[in-house]
Amino acid sequence: MIEFSFAIILENLLLATRWTILLSLIAFVSGGLVGLLVLFGRVSKHEVLRLLTAGYIEFFQGTPLLMQLFLLFFGIALFGVEVSPWVAAWLALTFWTSAFLSEIWRGCVESVPRGQWEASGTLAMTYLEQMRYVILPQAMRIAVAPTVGFSVQVIKGTALASIIGFVELTKAGTMLNNATFRPFLVYSLVALIYFCLCFPLSWCSKRLEARLNVAR
Amino acid sequence: MTYQMSFGDLLPYWDVLARGLLYTIILTVVSTVTGLAVGTAGAWARSFGPKWAGYAVGAYVELIRNTPFIVQLFFVFFGLPAIGVKMTESEAAFLAMVINLGAYSTEIIRAGIQAVPKGHLEAAASLAMSRLETFRYVVLKQAFMKVYPALSSQIVIVMLGSAVVSQISAEDLTYAANFVQSRNFRAFEVYLVAALLYLLLAIAMRALLRGIGRALFPKA
Repeated sequence: MIEFSFAIILENLLLATRWTILLSLIAFVSGGLVGLLVLFGRVSKHEVLRLLTAGYIEFFQGTPLLMQLFLLFFGIALFGVEVSPWVAAWLALTFWTSAFLSEIWRGCVESVPRGQWEASGTLAMTYLEQMRYVILPQAMRIAVAPTVGFSVQVIKGTALASIIGFVELTKAGTMLNNATFRPFLVYSLVALIYFCLCFPLSWCSKRLEARLNVAR
Repeated sequence: MTYQMSFGDLLPYWDVLARGLLYTIILTVVSTVTGLAVGTAGAWARSFGPKWAGYAVGAYVELIRNTPFIVQLFFVFFGLPAIGVKMTESEAAFLAMVINLGAYSTEIIRAGIQAVPKGHLEAAASLAMSRLETFRYVVLKQAFMKVYPALSSQIVIVMLGSAVVSQISAEDLTYAANFVQSRNFRAFEVYLVAALLYLLLAIAMRALLRGIGRALFPKA
């Protein structure tokens, strides 16, 4: 029988934290890329594109992330493709993140004065050129703080991947609890590690927001 | 491979899903009301309370906002009984949701309180209103009016987050979906229906909250 000392519990939790960080990073990057695509559709001139992306955002913001995980985990399997929890978690977090980021960024894009669109339009810039050279550089300044803030939500979101069997921090905590029967200690440590990951980001986001307000 | 969808297999279980939906609605309503009360008290402590209370509430808010809801839930349901606080699944789910919403709404309501002009506090003081009266009649209403949209969306987020309580076998909509799925193996159909029910609930809640907002704050 193995004795689980405090050090072993902490070590195993920290090892599992690597997967939480990796999943968060990957989901945040791919969610950002998809979110950018959705954003382009959301602020485009074509009504159909606008409606489609609005529906996409509504679905992923209006249903629990847990349901999205289940749907992907069981849904892709219907096509005869084997899905690992890792892929299902990555895809679900990507869609979920993209829906929120695109909506956050839409607010930033719309805060750019209309005149900027009109002026770049009269310079015969195409839609993509307008976005690339005129609108996005201005919107990006405003977007930094809420985007950093949302990364905290992504890290917390990865905890749900434990439910479909992906071994990250929360799942490791559950497994260690089953082995040690010390739930108070284990879940306190799990919470503490999440806090150490998330708090610096929250703090950064708050600072960035404050600085932006001063500049204005 | 072609998969034949069959939503008909769900029909015999409609009452299971309905009960789950009702559980989710009741859990959301009860913990929203309690959570907002906690949030109001917390916001008061941070804005007008003694210094130590402000720090304590600040630590609580940051701790909750920077950890996942599921870990908070596991801590309440598995961790607290280890130090002698035992409760049922429903009680744990309720407690975890109140703690969670309490922290978020503390921060939201506090922002509203900060937006109340100083002159209003001075005016209330010159009318010899007590601190409690000032808070109740001058500060709170304006604060709620200002942050009502933010509070509404937080309430919807908490409702969606409540899907996680199925993991401690509190019998909410997700739990019901899991149950049906284990009986008829129509996982995708069940989860799709459950997801759409959540979506409808979210849309209905937003409409309802807008209506309540219009009734409470007629000119806003």
